[in-house]
Amino acid sequence: MSTTNGLNLTLKVWRQKNDKDKGQMETYQVSDISTDSSFLEMMDILNEQLINEGKDPVAFDHDCREGICGSCSMYINGEAHGPGREITTCQLHMREFKNGETIYIEPWRAKAFPVIKDLVVDRSSFDRIMASGGFVSVNTSGNTQDANAIPIPKADADKAFDAATCIGCGACVASCKNSSAMLFVSAKVSQFALLPQGKVEAAERVQNMVSQMDDEGFGNCSNTGACEVECPKGISLDNIARMNREYLSASVSADK
Amino acid sequence: MSWVKQTFSSSIGRKFAMALSALFLLLFLLQHFAINLLSVFSADLFNEVSHFMGTNPLVQFALQPVLIFGVVFHFVMGFVLEIKNRNAREVKYAMNNGAANSTWFSRNMIWSGLVILGFIGLHFYDFWIPEINVKYIQGDMSGMINGEYRYYEELVHKFHDPIRVGLYVLSFVFLAMHLKHGFQSAFQSAGARHEKYTPGIKKLGGLYAIAIPAGFIFIALYHHLTAI
Ligand code: HEM
Ligand code: SF4
Ligand code: FES
Repeated sequence: MSTTNGLNLTLKVWRQKNDKDKGQMETYQVSDISTDSSFLEMMDILNEQLINEGKDPVAFDHDCREGICGSCSMYINGEAHGPGREITTCQLHMREFKNGETIYIEPWRAKAFPVIKDLVVDRSSFDRIMASGGFVSVNTSGNTQDANAIPIPKADADKAFDAATCIGCGACVASCKNSSAMLFVSAKVSQFALLPQGKVEAAERVQNMVSQMDDEGFGNCSNTGACEVECPKGISLDNIARMNREYLSASVSADK
Repeated sequence: MSWVKQTFSSSIGRKFAMALSALFLLLFLLQHFAINLLSVFSADLFNEVSHFMGTNPLVQFALQPVLIFGVVFHFVMGFVLEIKNRNAREVKYAMNNGAANSTWFSRNMIWSGLVILGFIGLHFYDFWIPEINVKYIQGDMSGMINGEYRYYEELVHKFHDPIRVGLYVLSFVFLAMHLKHGFQSAFQSAGARHEKYTPGIKKLGGLYAIAIPAGFIFIALYHHLTAI
């Protein structure tokens, strides 16, 4: 292995033993990091180093390591998933950083995402929002309808598809100065509201999901647009406007 | 819970109410600007319109209370949202790069708003309280002083003081910042967003946010400089 063009970096990492611990930033040095390695590989190297020193490795969430699962939540140098656009942390590469740089690595910060350990946060608030209405109640056992039997305008299908690419990572919440979950919830609301199968329950769905979102303690939307910029899937603010319309019209038209 | 209460205590409902009060304030500001602008062209016309606005019962007892409610609602709701939003993040980031993804104006509506609130305080002290005093406490509804309308004179008199003119100018700069983000934000909060017209709304908002505050600054400076 060549030692000439590896990066020497100072890492400031959030360490917190458990949900009760107060936690603090710790400083580590890593050296000779290949510019071809991914950010998570760099974290693996750091952890190996810590284990060799007999220390507790840094806990962080990861699974697919290819931008699909949404678990690799890290707030890097003041941005969700670091400086890149439309990527997750696992898709971020060390060539984005300079030799000698100091890198801040923190967990998502939101009251509704409590820290479990180090960089791992509890995102089950998203699951509870989904459980409150993020589905379509159709019977799929045995007699599934042919998808082509339901006409859907191409433009709507495209918008629904774009909304459905949300991976539930929570970068929108982490980036928002208000820790608002509007981008996530609006993507989920839109993905169904745009399609005939989802329209049936649209009013009830948006009311339940928004009410669950508010109960979880996420903030309000100030339309700063930070979420849209930091979202690894490029989910658009169009969805938030659509959710506002859906919610306001459900307020006047729905049973509750 | 009634459906109205349920709607307006939700995050989306609150923002909708915020947007409605803001759109109302935007219309009011346009109207206020139009009348002030008259003072540059014709003292007589300005006097007459001011007298009409100051004494017409519809304006005084129907529109004025709506305006006061609109302003108070807007800043009280602004504080409520700010507090809720701050509470949604208990531990702050050690390193946060807000500039990477959003404008300073959009992240600091509360600060530009607070400067505007301070300005409204000063403005009430300067014009509104003396007006109420003359009209409803002393009971003089004539709008006259020594047989002439007093409004234009009072306006020019207020803009003598360079410190006051400076404060007015500074406040309008903050108003411009507030509106640069706020104008288009109000439409987004109300769900009015479409590729057909959103670019137009953003352009109009940019124009409004610059032209109206700049116009107010011009009027203040005009009276300050011409009166010397
Ligand atoms: C009296 C002092 C004021 C305060 C304290 C204040 C405060 C605020 C705050 C905090 C917001 C952002 C709310 C959010 O996070 O979503 C806001 C939004 C806004 N404000 Fe003000 N404001 C004031 C006066 C004004 C005035 C005089 C105008 C216009 C003439 C105005 C126009 C707007 C607009 C257009 C918005 C955007 C509404 C939206 O996002 O839906 N504000 N204000
Ligand atoms: S909207 Fe984007 S940032 Fe938010 S959870 Fe979905 S994919 Fe992640
Ligand atoms: S580990 Fe799955 S998206 Fe990064």
